[in-house]
Amino acid sequence: MARITAGVATSHVPLLGRAIDSRKMAEDYFRPIFAGYEFSRAWVSAQQPDVVILVFNDHASAFSLDIVPTFAIGCAEEFQPADEGFGRRAVPIVKGAPCLAWHIAQSVIEQDFDLTIVNKMDVDHGLTVPLSLMFGQPAEWPCRIIPLAVNVVVYPPPSGRRCFALGSAIRNAVESFDQDLKVQVWGTGGMSHQIQGARSGLINTQWDLAFLDRIVDKPHEAAAIPHLEYVREAGSESIELVMWLIMRGALNTHVREVHRHYHVPASNTALGHLILENA
Amino acid sequence: MTQKSYAAIPGTIIFDSEMARKGYHLNQFCMSLMKEENRARFKADEDAYLAEWAMTPDQRAAVRARDYNRLLSLGGNIYFLAKIFSSDGLSFAQACASMSGMNFDEYQAMMLAGGRAAKSNLIEDR
Repeated sequence: MARITAGVATSHVPLLGRAIDSRKMAEDYFRPIFAGYEFSRAWVSAQQPDVVILVFNDHASAFSLDIVPTFAIGCAEEFQPADEGFGRRAVPIVKGAPCLAWHIAQSVIEQDFDLTIVNKMDVDHGLTVPLSLMFGQPAEWPCRIIPLAVNVVVYPPPSGRRCFALGSAIRNAVESFDQDLKVQVWGTGGMSHQIQGARSGLINTQWDLAFLDRIVDKPHEAAAIPHLEYVREAGSESIELVMWLIMRGALNTHVREVHRHYHVPASNTALGHLILENA
Repeated sequence: MTQKSYAAIPGTIIFDSEMARKGYHLNQFCMSLMKEENRARFKADEDAYLAEWAMTPDQRAAVRARDYNRLLSLGGNIYFLAKIFSSDGLSFAQACASMSGMNFDEYQAMMLAGGRAAKSNLIEDR
């Protein structure tokens, strides 16, 4: 049977993709950011997941306002890196896991989550930057990826509670899949940031650090945080953090925190990163 | 319509269903700039290109002025508006500096020092 072995949370700041692609990781600005991922790369290569379910949001790359799915699961064989206006990132094509993805779609729809099924979707920095942070610059990504896109562009995004419950439903789906696979769930985006309007540049370190504690030790409390609190306390774009709750909902109530990294600034953003294993 | 709980957050426009409806054509115009041939046509004659989209005169004027705060208030979403400033060769950080009325050096220095303090920007302080 397939099983969920661990969860990863990480910001997906586009500047970090550009720093990796142009090999600027050793520069003063970037060194402390990437230093926090050295443990993570060693950890993930020891773990050798077969599949990563990668929860991310599209930033008006694959989805315009023509279609705005709240939750969309990528069931295709492969996904191209998106051209976000500067050409496609020179990273490997993302290979999907269609059998498991279709199984998850069917299973979670039967558990009352009406996912949108997507077979054609370019994946932007929301998905490719976490892959680069965790895997570096391989010729091929070392595992299969199931993209799970969440709308956080048009307000309201799904609630934290709904995201957490979707994570639990995904866990049920994975555990009923008849292949021996090690599956990780990654939640991406956040932490505090606001990249629009007069309040641009807002960072709330105190709130972020409390969120890291809450999502590890009191996941139900973290899931109950209302949208207003994210927007008010940690900036309009911090609401991406609801995507971390899908990851958290897929894990046990009690988890072991094996790694934590927090750094300000990464471009306009407070960068946060966690690795959690089922206790 | 119910009172929007987030309306009182200073310096922040939430891209909700009302704004998404208002800004639909503006945002779709922005999306068109993802294609190189459209960027070239836009740069060659901005007025002519903007006339092809069912935007309001205010929205067209704000695009011409690159007034991003105004565009946000007219239904633009920042991820869509990013297609305009990217076409102009500006980064998100540069756009953020201009929206917050700072020059880029001041903005960068603020971010390196830990970012804009949340305390002075919360509802309670108004």
